[in-house]
Amino acid sequence: MNSNTKIRIIAGRMLQAIPSVFGIIVVTFLLTRALPGDPAVYFAGPAADEKSIQQIRESLGLDKSLPEQFLIYLGDLVQGDLGVSISTGFPVAEELWRRLPASLELTLLALIFSISVAIPLGIAAATRPNSWVDQLCRLIVTAGVSLPVFFTGLFMVYIFYYILGVAPSPLGRLDIIYLSPPPITNFYTIDALLAGDFEVFWAALAQLILPAITLGTFTLAPLARMTRGAMLQVLSSDFIRTARASGLTRSTVLYTYAFRNALLPILTTLGMVFSFMLGSNVLVEKVFAWPGIGSFAIEALIVSDYVAVQGFVLAMAILYVLLNLTIDILYTLIDPRVGLDG
Amino acid sequence: MNEFFKHLRYVLTENPVTLFAGTLFLIFVIFALFGPLIVPYDPLASNASQTLKPPSWDHWFGTDQLGRDVFSRVLVATRLDLAIAISAVAISFVIGSVLGSLAGFFGGWTDKLVGRLTDTIMAFPLFVLAMGIVAAMGNTVENIVYATAIINLPFYARVARTEVNVRRNADFVLAARLAGNSSLRLLATHIYPNTLPPMMVQVSLNMGWAILNAAGLSFIGLGVRPPTAEWGIMVAEGAGYIVSGEWWLALFPGAALMLAVFCFNLLGDGLRDLIDPRRRT
Amino acid sequence: MNERVPVLAVDNLNVEFRTRSGVVKALENVSFHVNRGEMIGIVGESGSGKSVSALTAMGILDEAGRVTQGSINLGGLDVLNAPERDLQEMRGREVSMIFQSPRTALNPIRTVGKQIGDVLRRHGSANRQNVRAEAIKALMSVRIPDPERRHDAYPFELSGGMCQRIMIAMALSCRPELLIADEPTTGLDVTTQAAIMDLIKELAKERNMATVLITHDLGMAADYCDRIVVMHAGHVIEQAATAELFASPRHPYTAKLMKATPHGEGSLDDIESIAGGLPDLRAELPPCRFSARCERYEAACDMPALIADEVSPGHLVTCRRPL
Ligand SMILES: Nc1ncnc2c1ncn2[C@@H]1O[C@H](COP(=O)(O)OP(=O)(O)OP(=O)(O)O)[C@@H](O)[C@H]1O
Ligand SMILES: [Mg+2]
Repeated sequence: MNSNTKIRIIAGRMLQAIPSVFGIIVVTFLLTRALPGDPAVYFAGPAADEKSIQQIRESLGLDKSLPEQFLIYLGDLVQGDLGVSISTGFPVAEELWRRLPASLELTLLALIFSISVAIPLGIAAATRPNSWVDQLCRLIVTAGVSLPVFFTGLFMVYIFYYILGVAPSPLGRLDIIYLSPPPITNFYTIDALLAGDFEVFWAALAQLILPAITLGTFTLAPLARMTRGAMLQVLSSDFIRTARASGLTRSTVLYTYAFRNALLPILTTLGMVFSFMLGSNVLVEKVFAWPGIGSFAIEALIVSDYVAVQGFVLAMAILYVLLNLTIDILYTLIDPRVGLDG
Repeated sequence: MNEFFKHLRYVLTENPVTLFAGTLFLIFVIFALFGPLIVPYDPLASNASQTLKPPSWDHWFGTDQLGRDVFSRVLVATRLDLAIAISAVAISFVIGSVLGSLAGFFGGWTDKLVGRLTDTIMAFPLFVLAMGIVAAMGNTVENIVYATAIINLPFYARVARTEVNVRRNADFVLAARLAGNSSLRLLATHIYPNTLPPMMVQVSLNMGWAILNAAGLSFIGLGVRPPTAEWGIMVAEGAGYIVSGEWWLALFPGAALMLAVFCFNLLGDGLRDLIDPRRRT
Repeated sequence: MNERVPVLAVDNLNVEFRTRSGVVKALENVSFHVNRGEMIGIVGESGSGKSVSALTAMGILDEAGRVTQGSINLGGLDVLNAPERDLQEMRGREVSMIFQSPRTALNPIRTVGKQIGDVLRRHGSANRQNVRAEAIKALMSVRIPDPERRHDAYPFELSGGMCQRIMIAMALSCRPELLIADEPTTGLDVTTQAAIMDLIKELAKERNMATVLITHDLGMAADYCDRIVVMHAGHVIEQAATAELFASPRHPYTAKLMKATPHGEGSLDDIESIAGGLPDLRAELPPCRFSARCERYEAACDMPALIADEVSPGHLVTCRRPL
């Protein structure tokens, strides 16, 4: 298959994401407009008076018909306008954008942690069925999905901060004694490294470790389970026998042959893992007072700042669609069979 | 029915883990039903002289910042937590299985429509969608139930759709069709009942997740309000005391939550073995 | 023509599988050998232990399987006691194996050329620079048209026959002394079957390579093999030169096979005339595992220590009451 077809297939995948995005926009729109009660009252917030409610009503076009309102909403979205947060007074898009790096830095580290534990664990369990690694894998898989992430987080804090004193206090991205590094990527760890400031790098990393492990632990279970299952399946297939009969080394058989094939079902699970992760992210941010978009949403929820919540839901959903799209594209690149059956 | 109980007993005794989960489940049910009657203290009664006491003989799980007995509160909360999860799962089970069955049975545009609906729900990170729904519909316990039900809907719809679809052209269905049964009647009396076993497995596996989601929502301050005893909000209230070492406020409700979820997950696995021994992993 | 040097010698081999439902005595006292340049056939019903024999000889038995007795000598290497590293070196270089259903026997997400290249590079027959050229040469040697283009094809883009050619190219790429072909033509259509077998025969001759052909198809074994080994329920019950075996089978089981397919055509799968099935290999078994199905059975057949008799030079029969 030449690279042209691949590009066509990838473009096709991107087009397929459009209905999802449209569905998301419709749902987030309907969530606030089609419900009983006066949306203007929601949007104006609990402290608003009659005049500001009326103002909101006009600015949102709430006196117009629903389809017209939807078009206005779409038009605003296209311009990147998610409305203005009532609690902070800033545009929601700007608020989210400013907090996104904090959330992404946390989520990415958690993902790296989760993948780098779950995949070797799953492979080890699959290559030695019924050994102690396999039993450990089973235990982690069953226990892992039962742990409420806010609960794990709190007890990590209790053990590593209160009892052992090895972790910094669970308050945000950087201890107040440090200045945040000059913003380039807005990932504190990377920015600190770019600035050559190792002290700040370690401080930022130290803040990150507990929340990242908390978040990663929750997603470890489905990943390890899938890795184990997929590897077991692949290892018993005919082409592995061929590879062994050809004298290929154990590592070639295990990684080049077995693991690359097992990667396909693992990638599929990763979609569900991202869903868990983006959801749990909110809870973990609350536990560790992490100044990301999750914390922003919680604050907005408490004060009934609907514009902000709506923007948050939309942003997370779009992020999720993008992640799924990335998975699809990776899948297309790995599996030569994709695209031939439709 | 007798056969079924024999089989049930066989599975329970054969697999001690399932037996353990079953016992745990029974304990939770007893607490949910009789919790308020068996607790040593009033879960809402504060006591200014007994605040933040660590676990002791008088207060097994210690007391909280208002001097309330944590043990009593954890026990009483069982009812609310299970009620939220069970109602949510029941709603998504009923609606999801009906939608899924119709989609699987009629195919065509019904299928497309239901597919689009489930796909749209699944396009969101589910917990985030639940947050949005509660925010939009209003911050109440009922809305937590609805939100949890909505995000679980796709799983039931999908299972039901597949199960109905594979049975649509089974011999016994064709025979009934020839005998002149109408389509909907056929679906309701001949096909739908056969989808129940796999759906029950889904219910059990899903219950743990529903509890986690509902507790997560109340942890971030949605739905349940203080001073109501509920595991999620109790962990949230206890969270602030962790950094000063009063661990029992959050540990015990959190552990109860974890145990409940664990119990349902184990039961789900056991139930899967009960219904389909081949899929044992 | 054939030098009398065994490339593979299996001696008194016993193999068991530990399963949940008991120990499967898959092979008992199995002995056979292949000489340089010779093609032998191993025939027998499904479950008679043909594949297990081959996999054990390659040293790639399942983890559940255990060799409890015997020895295997492969080109001078003591397979059962050699370290895994030596065995890996040996596989693909001194001995290769091809399997049935070639499409699933190839890695679905790696181009066939790369898979051949993996083997070439593993055994030092190619390096990073010339691996592509060498792989294409290997493809050419099995007469694959347009090898340049096929090199970059994935298995799903090729027909079953083409995939089996690729398997052969891969197996022979490092010029092994011995090829074990486990039902190489099952699932292919008849003309492709003949083409594949002719190819194997021709390449074997050209390279003076020994071949073990495992098959259900007596006709095919008769057409291509110099000698035939007949297996039944984990025993080798008879072995002889092809012509002799067909002319005067001595084991009652072989005789029945021959009678069912007098001119050596047809497959064992179609044979209904032999009463009963294979015995359950997990149960306690009599010395002769065919006795329950045998018309010539007598009390003496249950005496232990049944051994192979050389009834004429090179013709061995394991039976107390041969024909
Ligand atoms: N991995 C295994 N675990 C347990 N038993 C096995 C295993 N592999 C083979 N056996 C048993 O060993 C016996 C011989 O099997 P084998 O695969 O060698 O038969 P075969 O002659 O190759 O049959 P076929 O013509 O169907 O390929 C069978 O009874 C089989 O059940
Ligand atoms: Mg076989």
